[in-house]
Amino acid sequence: MENIILKIINLNAYYGNQKVLKNVDLEIYENRVTTILGPSGCGKTTLIRCINRLHELSPGARIEGQILLKGEDLYQIEPMIVRQKIGMVFQKPNPFPTMTIYDNVIAGYILSGIKLSKEEKDKIVEESLIKSGLWDEVKENLFKKGTFLSGGQQQRLCIARALAMKPEILLLDEPTSALDPVATSVIEELIIELKKSVTTVLVTHNIGQAGRVSDYTAFFYLGELVEFGKTTEMFTVPKSKKTEEYLIGKIG
Amino acid sequence: MNEKTINRRIFNNKLYKIFVSSFSFLSIIPLFLIIYFVLIRGIKYINLKFIFSMPKPMGELGGGIFNAIVGSFIIVGVAALIAIPIGIMVGIFLSEYKEKKFTEIVKIFVDTLQGIPSIVIGIIAYLWIVKPLKQFSALSGSIALSFIMLPLVIKSTEEVLNLVPVDIKEAAYALGAPYHRIVLKILLPSGSVGILTGTLIGISRILGETAPLLFTAFGNQFLNLNLLKPMSTIPYLIYVYATSPYKDWHNQAFAASTILIIIVLSINLLGRFIEKKWKT
Ligand SMILES: Nc1ncnc2c1ncn2[C@@H]1O[C@H](COP(=O)(O)OP(=O)(O)OP(=O)(O)O)[C@@H](O)[C@H]1O
Ligand SMILES: [Mg+2]
Repeated sequence: MENIILKIINLNAYYGNQKVLKNVDLEIYENRVTTILGPSGCGKTTLIRCINRLHELSPGARIEGQILLKGEDLYQIEPMIVRQKIGMVFQKPNPFPTMTIYDNVIAGYILSGIKLSKEEKDKIVEESLIKSGLWDEVKENLFKKGTFLSGGQQQRLCIARALAMKPEILLLDEPTSALDPVATSVIEELIIELKKSVTTVLVTHNIGQAGRVSDYTAFFYLGELVEFGKTTEMFTVPKSKKTEEYLIGKIG
Repeated sequence: MNEKTINRRIFNNKLYKIFVSSFSFLSIIPLFLIIYFVLIRGIKYINLKFIFSMPKPMGELGGGIFNAIVGSFIIVGVAALIAIPIGIMVGIFLSEYKEKKFTEIVKIFVDTLQGIPSIVIGIIAYLWIVKPLKQFSALSGSIALSFIMLPLVIKSTEEVLNLVPVDIKEAAYALGAPYHRIVLKILLPSGSVGILTGTLIGISRILGETAPLLFTAFGNQFLNLNLLKPMSTIPYLIYVYATSPYKDWHNQAFAASTILIIIVLSINLLGRFIEKKWKT
């Protein structure tokens, strides 16, 4: 029996006059990994930016429709609260250049003005970095700037930063596209591990990755949700012709 | 493309480079000449006594410019204290609210303010502050100078904040940060070096301003620390001494000019140094 944590109802998203998401209906299940799959430009990033209300920050951007978080209208909740509950890791690593690695991990607390004791901070930093698989590489250099790390390390720092806030939902926008295979498998194991405590929405281009980590998959094409279902079922017997073509590499 | 056209392009390129570099060399010659003449006429009168003693009464030989040095630092310091916070806030506004109509209006005002001759700003400070208070005062001078400094702080703040990448800002938003904390903890630290150098340039600019001080801070033969009383400044003293009939005061004017140039140059070099050291 699956628990619906997020319900997207008839969602349309626009940049100015350009409609990039069309009548999307989608349910995200609690403590499961849902993959958003689809060719470049089909609106995957836009969809997850609607979920944490980042979309509305782009100039000219707006939405129609509804998103319910545990039955509550997301767009009636204070955006800051929404974003604390729904963490996000971006396509491009974006650690804060003026902050140390340590401060980057607890940046969510620093930026929200939440006071923590030294012990609490140390604990959160260590836990989050261990989870994102970065701890061993940076534990000696916690007080160096985060921008000295490699691209893949920076991305794992951003994952740690999102995890540190203990979000209910984690949005990952192609989190491993800048990572080597070893770092990628660390992240994939992490995503599976995290299912106990968090719901994950994963955008990826990597069909293998979607197969390895996700329980459900939503396939998008040109802003429309083409097919949604259990990943194993969709990957073995896709219902739609479009999905099949994408999976065998004909489109995308 | 054949060899001939390529050769011609290489030649044109070289010609262009020679042209540009010789003009940039020409443009720095006057600067060197000015500094050279002021230095050789002024430097021999500069000693600790000149810096740390008070002026002698009119016509008497010797004396120093201690009151003017102190006055300059106070007046410019107060002007900076006014211009920096206001300038930074306006700069944040301009870079954050680009689409608003009001932003355009503010921008036009800032550009206009930058173009107003400093003596006009002095007259306005005279009409608005000195006349109602019936008193020349250091504060009125500071306010006049702060108006000259303000556009420089606004522009440098706006420029460096525009350089902060959108994805850094979005990362902060995505963590649920309130807007004012994003400004305080992300935007300003990212722009701090640029804002600091802009501020230093502004300070060195107003250090040499004379016109707006003529009828605001006026001058004072004595050491005065009261902001509501007239106060001497280095540029004002140079102006008075240089236009006096006394040879000794002429020499002192050159010595004071030398000191002013040294201070301004050091501040500029400090700005450069900070920019080089931390900009990466
Ligand atoms: N800030 C923006 N302003 C205007 N149009 C945008 C903006 N961001 C995205 N778009 C447009 O919206 C559409 C969907 O973009 P989106 O980034 O959601 O695609 P995506 O599926 O994430 O692609 P990719 O796999 O390449 O990351 C594209 O056509 C894009 O041009
Ligand atoms: Mg994308």
